[in-house]
Amino acid sequence: MRIGVFVCHCGSNIAATVDCPSVAEAAKMFPDVAFATDTMYACSEPGQDSIINAVKEHHLDGVVVASCSPRMHEPTFRRAVERAGLNKYMLEMANIREHVSWIGKDKELNTRKASDLVHIAVEKLRRDTPLVANKFDVTKKVMVIGGGVAGIQAALDCADAGIEVVLVEREPSIGGKMSKIDKTFPTVDCSSCILGPKMVDIAQHPNITLYTMAEVEEVGGYVGNFDVKIRRKATYVNWDNCTGCGLCMEKCPSKKGFDRFNEGIATTTAINIPFPQAIPKKASINPESCIMLTKGKCGVCAKVCPTKCIDFEQKDTIVEDKVGAIIAATGYDLFDYTVYGQYGAGKYPDVVTSLQYERMMNASGPTSGHIKRPSDGKEPKNVVFIQCVGSRDKSVGRPYCSGFCCMYTAKQAILTKDHIPDSNSYVFYMDIRSPGKGYDEFTRRAQEQYEVQYIRGRVSMVFPQGDKLMVRGVDTLAGEQAEVEADLVVLAVGVESSVGASGLAEKLRISYDSYGFFMEAHPKLKPVETNTAGVYLAGCAQGPKDIPTSVGQGSAAAAKVAALFSKDMLESDPQVSKVDMARCVGCLKCVETCPFGAIKEIQDRGGNVKAEVIETVCQGCGICTVTCPQGAIQLQHFKDNQILAEVNALCQAEMSFE
Amino acid sequence: MTTLKMEADSAFKAEVARRSGQDVSLCYQCGNCTAGCPYNFAYDIPVSRIMRLVQLGRRDQVLGCRSLWLCGSCQSCTSRCPNQIDVARIMDVLRHMSREAGYATERNVKVFADSFLSSVEKHGRVFEMGLVAEYVLKTGRFWTDVDLAPKMLPKGKLGFKPHNIQGAEHVARIFRRFRGEPEAAQTTGGESK
Amino acid sequence: MSLSIGYYPGCSGQGTSIEYEQSTRTVFARLGIALSEIPDWSCCGSTPAHTVNHVLSAALSARNLELAAKAGMETVTTPCPSCLTNLRTASHKMENEAFRAEVAELLETECSSLAEIKSTLQVLVEDFGIDAIKAKMTRPLEGLRVACYYGCIMNRPKELMQFDDPEHPMAMDNIMKACGAEVLPFPLKVECCGASAGIPRKDIVAELSGRLLDAAALLGVDAVVTACPLCQMNLDLRQSQANAARGTNHQMPVFYYTQLMGLAMGLSAEDMGLSKLCVDPNPCLKRAGVL
Repeated sequence: MRIGVFVCHCGSNIAATVDCPSVAEAAKMFPDVAFATDTMYACSEPGQDSIINAVKEHHLDGVVVASCSPRMHEPTFRRAVERAGLNKYMLEMANIREHVSWIGKDKELNTRKASDLVHIAVEKLRRDTPLVANKFDVTKKVMVIGGGVAGIQAALDCADAGIEVVLVEREPSIGGKMSKIDKTFPTVDCSSCILGPKMVDIAQHPNITLYTMAEVEEVGGYVGNFDVKIRRKATYVNWDNCTGCGLCMEKCPSKKGFDRFNEGIATTTAINIPFPQAIPKKASINPESCIMLTKGKCGVCAKVCPTKCIDFEQKDTIVEDKVGAIIAATGYDLFDYTVYGQYGAGKYPDVVTSLQYERMMNASGPTSGHIKRPSDGKEPKNVVFIQCVGSRDKSVGRPYCSGFCCMYTAKQAILTKDHIPDSNSYVFYMDIRSPGKGYDEFTRRAQEQYEVQYIRGRVSMVFPQGDKLMVRGVDTLAGEQAEVEADLVVLAVGVESSVGASGLAEKLRISYDSYGFFMEAHPKLKPVETNTAGVYLAGCAQGPKDIPTSVGQGSAAAAKVAALFSKDMLESDPQVSKVDMARCVGCLKCVETCPFGAIKEIQDRGGNVKAEVIETVCQGCGICTVTCPQGAIQLQHFKDNQILAEVNALCQAEMSFE
Repeated sequence: MTTLKMEADSAFKAEVARRSGQDVSLCYQCGNCTAGCPYNFAYDIPVSRIMRLVQLGRRDQVLGCRSLWLCGSCQSCTSRCPNQIDVARIMDVLRHMSREAGYATERNVKVFADSFLSSVEKHGRVFEMGLVAEYVLKTGRFWTDVDLAPKMLPKGKLGFKPHNIQGAEHVARIFRRFRGEPEAAQTTGGESK
Repeated sequence: MSLSIGYYPGCSGQGTSIEYEQSTRTVFARLGIALSEIPDWSCCGSTPAHTVNHVLSAALSARNLELAAKAGMETVTTPCPSCLTNLRTASHKMENEAFRAEVAELLETECSSLAEIKSTLQVLVEDFGIDAIKAKMTRPLEGLRVACYYGCIMNRPKELMQFDDPEHPMAMDNIMKACGAEVLPFPLKVECCGASAGIPRKDIVAELSGRLLDAAALLGVDAVVTACPLCQMNLDLRQSQANAARGTNHQMPVFYYTQLMGLAMGLSAEDMGLSKLCVDPNPCLKRAGVL
């Protein structure tokens, strides 16, 4: 072989603590090295050109670049090597930046280590073989999980780009949390007025198939070819015939069911349509509160239904489909605020969450938009808002900021004044986070124009005194305790990942953080991609964010899908495991240990059991190569003999033999 | 008006951290402790501000204040701090350091504690009459709780005789060792070894 | 049911909270729980000790834990929350080798393994059981409306005391319910009464205990029920001082929960030491038909 070694200075990033010219010089001694030099910035245009020229000039058939982490520029250098006319896998990198110059200052030690790393890279390259990627078909259909505003935007953008969409939502209606909100900050737009048309677009778009009351049951396959199973839960109503007339709701005798849409501040009938603008506007029965389904008696809804679409025998059904990409937009849920015993959370009826308050203010909510104390139905005069309940709080395991509570609290305080002109609103806060367009002006408006009393300090406890609630907080700016007699207390409860998010992540084989938020591929540069090819993220499922950002991410995820589908065929990564049929004894241990289900059992022409790798699913983790007792399965580009050669190169120099 | 001098006495900060086992830099000054402090009305410096002053290394201002002596260790602050700082423990430690530095900003509180412990040292258990007598003598506050005596005496709630225990000398030695006094020669005592 | 537990009475049981000591012993005996007093126990130092030095405070407690260990006691119970927190704090801090060594320097003997330390309230609820208590009731306290006040340190901090909810504890409420009383939820269950500030700063106790009495009166209860000698003293003995300082006119009886338990179990007012209470409890007990 004729190997070229290029040792990068990276300006002074590497060169300050590594003697790059010496490393290049030493490299000339390694076997098969025909050319070695140091260079200022290998990744720059002149840097890459110099590599390409050297390949041509010195007839090189392999390149080692000693520079930064391959996670930075491996694709860059592979493309450069390809432009030089070589197979792009005839490239190895030695990380002498993150692994050498960034961790120590001793130039002598660093230079020696850098040299060692180049040596092992050379030994690996000597045993590299050219690899060619395979191409495979891609199904141009996307599954969007979650029908909130992020999912809705993603679905509409994909559909408008000519891509077929399957939208899966687990509630009876799409709309997510935004459909619960009364008005949105900072414009105080009516939330359902701006969301409604998009929801209708979803229902009417020819490219979108909508399943509500549905959840993803199983996901198999790989990017471009996912096999998905969707469970459509029984609604006990035939939605093909249901017109959404609502007569069943009027007549249903079971009226005390927990009202999920209204956050539990009201009760609802067993058969119900969650809200007037629901899409689809179809009734569904809650089996827990339905008298017929629990006790076998009643059936009033079936009697009065004009289209006779009630079906108490209905069962869950499974829909199977094939999609090429998946967008996870499962949104958020509120933190369990009942842990705040000092606020009487969950005990005192007049201590409510921000979402409950939102439903109270909403004209299509259970109080027709009249703000009333849950305890006695009276209109409150003094309303106290407490921010950061379950956010920025290590003691309840939620150290992060939920990002939009400062804004919606200001909005709720402003709306309170609109609803009840002679009311007084107080906001206890630690900081005000208002970074968006018009956001800070909005929070100032609450204080300057709407006379909301902002008090900087936390609240220690809320307790009842007579029929009022005493809120004991502090004004740290004034340096005094601040006690407010409240009629109603609204808690800005922090957000966490949607219930069941981690279970879905396991099905999609994507990572999630300790709070259940799905992990993006890179926190700065890849916010809507995951480390799993073909699975994208949008909205609060990835982390707390406001509506415009969620919508932006929905569009971004759609753009990623459109880019993925812009090719008719996708290339698979050839750095996958491969089975040597001659050595395989068919023990199938690799099939069992593969975490991705990427190895299958086959029979060779002689009828013998063998293992075969599904190249498109294999993630190149290497666990199978360790498992195989015969060494029959080898990870291409990381074969056993390559790794052993690296170890030898590192250790033999130090070992003495008789 | 004093200008904030930013040269923090880091030795003071470090000593407070070491003795209390708490990391005061975790405090983000939310004021939750002050909000729930039942004693705040009697304090000269609210507890959250004391935390800030410790962060700033203000040894004399902190150790000389009144609040430290009035803290009831009721745990309202500790149990609700969002950063899980044991604020009550820090207040206790600051009181120790204040004592050691020779402060007695709330003299009566200090005398009460001293009289209580002196009673324990003498008898092994608290002799309430003796405690009050010593307190009254040292503070000159002869009218202390005189309104309560007529309620307690007829009900037998105020004993005239101390309950000396067998191990009283044993307890006394705990105090003497604490004060670093040399071991006295063994006299009677009457406790079993 | 036969339970035998080490017992640490605490100094105030000999004097200012003599009726708590008396009613606790009588009720436990009637329930068949044997309380073995730690032989020759000494004062734990209460608040004054821990405000002077933590090693001194731990040593005063450790002496008693060592005596308990020598007497073979695996569990130690005490009716006083201050003793409880001192004993538990000492035990917890001495898990650290270095601290344990410092404490050992002040004591005669080494600190060996340490007992489980619980309040008498905890023993009744956890080891004896509410249902078993209910079964012993012969004269239920129907008609008596009470508010249960726990005091600030019995359940806090949660990590140290490990019993009941630190914001809304229910142990005493449940016992009182089992005794047949009507228990109203008290909004300031764990708010401090002023603790040991009584002698040096009676104005502080007057204010803090006064607030508690105001809350109880607003609730409309017949009496407040406590489980701490200092709380009871501040609310009962010093009630007149609170009234004088704040211009109120409370006549609110303040019981120890063991006294009410005893009455409901058919024990006499004398055995329960009712005459030791300062604010006369007889009118409310007669009104409720208990006496």
